[in-house]
Amino acid sequence: MKHIKTLNTQSLQKTVKKGGCGECQTSCQSACKTSCTVGNQSCENNK
Amino acid sequence: MIHQYKNNGYNIVMDINSGAVHIVDDVVYDVLPFLEENNGEEDILAALSGKYQKESILEAIADCRELEEAGTLFTEDVYESAIEHFSKRPTVVKALCLHIAHDCNLACRYCFAEEGEYHGRRALMSYEVGKQALDFLIANSGNRRNLEVDFFGGEPLMNWQVVKDLVHYGREQEKKFDKNFRFTLTTNGVLLNEEIMEFCNREMANVVLSIDGRKEVHDYMRPFRKGKGSYDLIVPKFQQFAESRGQQKYYVRGTFTRHNLDFAEDVLHLADLGFEQISVEPVVAMPEEEYALREEDIPKICEEYDRLAAEMIKRHKEGKGFNFFHFMIDLTGGPCVYKRLSGCGSGTEYLAVTPWGDLYPCHQFVGEEKFLMGNVFDGLKAKELQEEFKGCNVYAKEKCRKCFAKFYCSGGCAANAYKFHGSINDAYDIGCELQRKRVECAIMIKAALAEEEEKEN
Repeated sequence: MKHIKTLNTQSLQKTVKKGGCGECQTSCQSACKTSCTVGNQSCENNK
Repeated sequence: MIHQYKNNGYNIVMDINSGAVHIVDDVVYDVLPFLEENNGEEDILAALSGKYQKESILEAIADCRELEEAGTLFTEDVYESAIEHFSKRPTVVKALCLHIAHDCNLACRYCFAEEGEYHGRRALMSYEVGKQALDFLIANSGNRRNLEVDFFGGEPLMNWQVVKDLVHYGREQEKKFDKNFRFTLTTNGVLLNEEIMEFCNREMANVVLSIDGRKEVHDYMRPFRKGKGSYDLIVPKFQQFAESRGQQKYYVRGTFTRHNLDFAEDVLHLADLGFEQISVEPVVAMPEEEYALREEDIPKICEEYDRLAAEMIKRHKEGKGFNFFHFMIDLTGGPCVYKRLSGCGSGTEYLAVTPWGDLYPCHQFVGEEKFLMGNVFDGLKAKELQEEFKGCNVYAKEKCRKCFAKFYCSGGCAANAYKFHGSINDAYDIGCELQRKRVECAIMIKAALAEEEEKEN
């Protein structure tokens, strides 16, 4: 592809089927305590 | 839905519903808005032929179509029904914020806990209350194995013996019930000593060390009760602590306010002190506070985020890289869509416990009597309130539906929304603006680092 470089091909849609186990970290328990950030958290299911 | 923006020389396209991110050239960048509006080839050629060659435009269109077929461009939102079903699930409690001390040895000007007292009286949590809180957590955690307990305050080190005793108790119980406790501690560092560091390095999955950055900034906002600054006392201890943890599993965490809108300097100061895990976050305060961020400050703050992002890339290339919590983003193995849409779990999976055992939806709601949910002895009583928090997700918030950052912030902080709009299903607007900017910067950094890696190979 000449005009586009794709950084990631991850599909959130795939996580609809397998996700939702809830084992991951609660967002406010990491550092923030005043905002809500989930994009940087990892999935415990992938480990 | 897509979001396209230019930052630091990169043309970035986020396909919101798939999570894919593309770096595109100028032709594609200009073609995309037409494709999004379902314009045909003829119309696009007519509109852009003065700017680009016909062949180039057609190639760009073909590339976009290819991505569309691969499911990484213009993908549909298929989550709303899934999340509705998901939000009806029986919930369990998996994380507690233990207010181990409603007291503090500092008098930070911006403290939402009002010098640790949370609109109430000074108090320390007893071992009995703490033990009951851990029992409550285990009993309400269902099949969840990983349970999180944050020792928070006020200043938790003012009640250190109880912290240690509760960790020991938790370690005994986790074996019995096949659970895994992840303990964390948030401290201002005043009482930190070798014994505490050693214990934390053994037992705490993460520690959050409060420091705002440059000495003058820190000392102005974080003085002792008699007015003296705390910077000189805590910095050497935090440096030792971070080193003793191998520069991992900790954050130095600061707050920036209207007094230091040039907060990138504070982040870089912390990096210059040798810290590698840094979080410096915008203060959340009502407009009447002189240090509160105002709407007119947003452009300056966004500029600072850009400056910080560019400097971080530079330092990374020089081998002096560090992590900035709000720019960390996992594009390959981040959380599932349920996590991304259903928020932080406050009031359902995550609860705060006061020194006397009362339960609140989270630490920010403590002291707001209408949000009292029960206590660790009698359990959760406010079922309606719990249902309200359970239904709190991106689709329940009008402001979030069209926002490109919804998968990265999960609808924002319920406490902030309540504070500014009186409803947990609203959103704190300044916070949203800054969140969007941070997501843009975080992705730009990924693009820059990917380019660097490509050059190396």
